[in-house]
Amino acid sequence: MVNIGGARMTEVGMALPEKVFYIDRALLKAYAGASGDENPIHQNEEFALSVGLPNVISHGMLTMALAGKYVTEWAGGSANVREFSARFIKPVIVPAGEKVDLTVVATVTEVDGNTVKLDITATSAGVKVLGMAKAVVVK
Amino acid sequence: MINPDSVGRTFPGAGSVTVSQSEIDAFAAVIGETNTSVAPPTFSIRISLSQYESILTQPEIGVDWTRLVHGDQKFEIFRPIVAGDVFTCSATIETLRVAAGNEIISVRSDLHNGAELVVTSWSTLVVRG
Repeated sequence: MVNIGGARMTEVGMALPEKVFYIDRALLKAYAGASGDENPIHQNEEFALSVGLPNVISHGMLTMALAGKYVTEWAGGSANVREFSARFIKPVIVPAGEKVDLTVVATVTEVDGNTVKLDITATSAGVKVLGMAKAVVVK
Repeated sequence: MINPDSVGRTFPGAGSVTVSQSEIDAFAAVIGETNTSVAPPTFSIRISLSQYESILTQPEIGVDWTRLVHGDQKFEIFRPIVAGDVFTCSATIETLRVAAGNEIISVRSDLHNGAELVVTSWSTLVVRG
């Protein structure tokens, strides 16, 4: 990248600003409809408890989609994301009537021309929920 | 139990899937994305997951969908998905292993629009024992 007009260069080690998303039961229902993933562990508390979960949990892919929104915002749009990966290491627990946080930050790990690699950290209630979360964007 | 003979094989999806603008809009709205000229980077899971369900639950493969947990996910996006894309989707079972009584399969989804490969994604799916 070229440093024009005092704009900050993208360099290895650079930390991107934190963003907080909020997840509630209504968002889980909306994501279920939008993604086609109607698994009841994401909507029905009685069912979630019956299969040994602490409560209703977010779709891992909703968590990843929000982290993806974080990445695309920085990258200048959805069209600029080339690779995106994550492990679902802990569930995001979504009790009824609550909005739980999904806090996302990222660090630049590699810059090659206009291709930038990011390491992403996503936590909810202070617990890391995505592992090995990485993206490759063209910026 | 998952049939070990299915490992290394590629299974075609049933028919094709046409992406509509309203599907992209709905997915984008959930994550607060207002530019819907292209699909968000994880949008293709909507197609791949339903194809996986229909392919992997066939008796010759034998995945129990009700016991499934998503372990990890990776997307390689060759170009963004747009409304009007018509995808065929295949699922390739790359690996199968058993750990702590769980069956863990790694499956790859290739989304083609005609001859053009648009998105390849990999999912690790855990069938809880």
